[in-house]
Amino acid sequence: VSPQVDDAQSTVSVEFTPTIPHCSMATLIGLSIKVKLLRSLPERFKLDVHITPGTHASEHAVNKQLADKERVAAALENTHLLEVVNQCLSARS
Amino acid sequence: GVKDGRWTVLQLVEALGFCLENTDPRMRGRGIQLLSQVLLQCYSLLQEKEVLHLVLFYESRLQDNHLVIPSVLQGLRALSMCEVLSPGLAVSVLKAIFQEVHVQSLLQLDRHTVYSIITNFMSTREEELKGLGANFTFGFIQVMDGEKDPRNLLVAFQIVHDLIAKDYALGPFVEELFEVTSCYFPVDFTPPPNDPHGIQREDLILSLRAVLASTTQFAEFLLPLLIEKLDSELQSAKLDSLQTLTACCAIYGQKELQEFLPSLWSSLRREVFQTASEKIETECLAALRALSACLSRSVLSSDSEDLLDSFLSSILQDCRHHLCEPDMKLVWPSAKLLQAAAGASLRTYHRITHSVLPLLLEQYTKHTQSSQRRTILEMLLGFLELQQKWGHVEEDESPLLLHQAPVCSVVFSALLDPSVQLQLVGIKALTVLGSLQGFLSSSNLELVVDHLIRLALHEEDSQSSEAAMEAAGSLAPTYPKVFSGHMVPRLEEELQSEREESYHKRQSLQQRCLQALAAVSTHTSIVKETVPILLQHLQKVQKETEAKNTQDVISVCQSLHRVALQCQQDAEGCWYFHQTVVPCLLAMAVQAAMPESTHTLPGKALLEEEVLAAMIPVISAATTHLSPELAAQSVSRVVPLFLDGDVSFLPQNNFPCSFQPFGDGEHLEAQRRLIALLMAFVCSLPRDVAIPQQEWLLRELLALSCSSNCPFTATTAAKCFAGLVNKHPAGQQLDEILQLAVNRMEPSLAEGPRRTQALTLLLWVTKALVLRYHPLSSCLTDKLLGLLGDTELGPATADGFSLLMAESPDVLHKGCHADVRIMFRQRFFTDNVPKLVQGFHGAGPDVKANYLKGLSHVLNHLPKPVLVTELPTLLSLLLEALSCSDRVVQLSTLSCLHPLLLEAPQIMSLHVDTLVTKFLNLTSSPTMAVRIAALRCAHALTSLPTTVLLPYKGRVIRALAKPLDDKKRLVRKEAVAARGEWFLLGSPGR
Repeated sequence: VSPQVDDAQSTVSVEFTPTIPHCSMATLIGLSIKVKLLRSLPERFKLDVHITPGTHASEHAVNKQLADKERVAAALENTHLLEVVNQCLSARS
Repeated sequence: GVKDGRWTVLQLVEALGFCLENTDPRMRGRGIQLLSQVLLQCYSLLQEKEVLHLVLFYESRLQDNHLVIPSVLQGLRALSMCEVLSPGLAVSVLKAIFQEVHVQSLLQLDRHTVYSIITNFMSTREEELKGLGANFTFGFIQVMDGEKDPRNLLVAFQIVHDLIAKDYALGPFVEELFEVTSCYFPVDFTPPPNDPHGIQREDLILSLRAVLASTTQFAEFLLPLLIEKLDSELQSAKLDSLQTLTACCAIYGQKELQEFLPSLWSSLRREVFQTASEKIETECLAALRALSACLSRSVLSSDSEDLLDSFLSSILQDCRHHLCEPDMKLVWPSAKLLQAAAGASLRTYHRITHSVLPLLLEQYTKHTQSSQRRTILEMLLGFLELQQKWGHVEEDESPLLLHQAPVCSVVFSALLDPSVQLQLVGIKALTVLGSLQGFLSSSNLELVVDHLIRLALHEEDSQSSEAAMEAAGSLAPTYPKVFSGHMVPRLEEELQSEREESYHKRQSLQQRCLQALAAVSTHTSIVKETVPILLQHLQKVQKETEAKNTQDVISVCQSLHRVALQCQQDAEGCWYFHQTVVPCLLAMAVQAAMPESTHTLPGKALLEEEVLAAMIPVISAATTHLSPELAAQSVSRVVPLFLDGDVSFLPQNNFPCSFQPFGDGEHLEAQRRLIALLMAFVCSLPRDVAIPQQEWLLRELLALSCSSNCPFTATTAAKCFAGLVNKHPAGQQLDEILQLAVNRMEPSLAEGPRRTQALTLLLWVTKALVLRYHPLSSCLTDKLLGLLGDTELGPATADGFSLLMAESPDVLHKGCHADVRIMFRQRFFTDNVPKLVQGFHGAGPDVKANYLKGLSHVLNHLPKPVLVTELPTLLSLLLEALSCSDRVVQLSTLSCLHPLLLEAPQIMSLHVDTLVTKFLNLTSSPTMAVRIAALRCAHALTSLPTTVLLPYKGRVIRALAKPLDDKKRLVRKEAVAARGEWFLLGSPGR
């Protein structure tokens, strides 16, 4: 995971690399990163979470999903998905 | 009646005759019960003949109706405790019981009676019972077969243990006896709740283990059972088996183990390789160690095969190759197994290291990555540490000695590696090697010292450098000559070298040198060399005129302090240090304080507050551990120095003018500051050392503390006074001096230019008296409480409460022999908090904060458990304190509330509304520490019940967005943690 922060411009860009090109968890990982950042960063920041170019089979699709505010919001409405994301973010093991 | 001797038992029996012969078994039972009760009370008074008849009577009753039996057994128990029981009767009673009574059909209590009878006989009639031979054992086996009650089992196990330990004939019944006990293994018993008997699972386990591991005769049955249980799935069974195996190894020999070794080894290996439980691993290793120890203990007959050898061979065969793969999972389990086996005896150690050591050395050179090398070296270190256990390495066949050169080169190469982690392991290995007497040759030792110097002074990573200094310190007592001959001169040279490097670099090198000199001073002979160097350096540094030299002086003092701490335990070193350093420091300070030298710049550094503060611990540490005689000798010189200006014992004592710290006059201001050094010395003395002219000294200190205009001098004098008062034996003298102090303080406290000084004195004296529970202390604390309402002195008084409760670094603590009673804080709390609360309610608005501040200081220093029980009553006050504008009050209140939120959520949830509002308000406080504390509390709020919190969730999350953008990183960090936790509240997957 490599982040780039521009405080003056209020942008944060995070690149993450899934373990294997067919990693099925890529979307979930991306979503978790995104949610954690949403919760931890001041509102002024614009977030961009995407896969390191060339490291995932369906890189483009995942990036699109992650960039889509509506879809992220919808995903968090889904109780099951929210549960999984919260488990990823919970401090307790 | 029988007890008093007015009746005989015979008469009683006759009187009961009707009952005893009644045809109704119930009546008979009652009669016998009465008789038995009487016997239980007075069995010691019976005559031999009476006993005989009673025994015969009871024996015959054993065949009676089952209703009668319990009372009969009671009677027999009474008789079994008789000392006059004639020979042969015990045997006949037992025989009768074994024959006539089916014990397991009785009630628990009656079974217990039977066991008691047997125990009684076993303890008094051992010889007779042994005459019964194996029949006794067999009888007992029948008695206990099928026992279920844990209370009885404990007794029964004890009997079996005695049977075996006292060498009763087991005859052909070994296996039966084993069966009847081993069926309880592994013990699976959970005591019922509220069990009045208090038998724990552990008790049963231990007593059963004592039985099973008590004889080698059980071995052939027990070992298969243990292996079976070890292979089971149950954790507790595994643990129990391993511990029992370890216990067995204490008495077993090769003969018993021979047959089962391969399967034992394979089970142990499997457990260590696969288990996730650390406990099981530890027990496995302990069992393996016990097994190997047991095997190496047994004496070999020349023709039989050496079992130990083959056992170790199989271990080596299974584990050795794993050591070659330092990245794989099994490398550590294998190393641990080998180390466990090697730790069993010198023989196993030789056998294993003979094979493993060359392998590890070879692997070290084969693998070049530093992480792999680190693993290998750590394993090697494990084996070296084992050698430490066996002490000397003089024997020729020691494998370690054979590989001395490669081991050293491997360790040295690790020290040169750039990886810090590898260096650290290397340093540890070096320490172990050094502690092996006679392992390192003198040339190697010099190399070691060179390496240590290089690491300590020039290694960039501070971790390695510190570790190297530690290592030098721990090796120095073993090789004092080498260290004082090589390391100390090198360090001295480096310390004095004026090589043209950047100022900053030289500075840090000097720092390192000073630290290293202090670290290596762990042996008296070395101390005698390093201390002069340090003092000389101090002389030099304090004369320099560069701006930073206070810092340099302070670091020398810190080094001296470390040396002082290291030689405290050694009487000779301590005295040497004391009589070298203390006069020297005093002389330098006196010299610096001479009026002539004050107009020139050099020398002033020594009078800086920080420098004096750094010298205090040196003198204090050099004094606390002195023996009373030496301390008395020293005190008879130091005190006259300050009182009379008697400088004769100081080195270079031709000062241009006299030393009168207690004298009057502006020009003596500098000299007065040196009271700090007097304080360091005189307040650290053991309590039984008498101080000459103490009354005079106390009066001078008192006068100085009230009259000095310099806050440092006044405070020091007050501290010194308090330190002496705390140790002053109770009595009229003490009362007088205290009265004097009170008389001096009262007027200056009331008004005048020196109110602050008087307050400081009051605080310190109060502390001294509170610590020793002196009756006057309550009067003085009341005075302080009154001052909280003072507009001018109130805030300072409130801060003073933290001084009262906190541990003071230089005087009035346990380390300097002060009279500190336990729980003085709790006592202060219970005595004064109600008054504080009362004062708060009665106070005007401008001074309310003072009371809150005082209260929060008291609470802050109270032990957490006490705090949690006491706080609920003060809660409303604390909530009010949160709205107080003083940031100290806010901070300490928040830190009081934090543990309470975590530990008493129920009480706190009643106030959730106030808490949320106040915490959120404080997150925008201008003080960073308050913001952090408020955010922590907001975080801790999440441990309250979720239902209480949910209404506030949205509000808190919105409010916490603001500190996310705080300009301080630490604040943002807390905000992220708190906000994240609030987001998780009430959502799924928390």
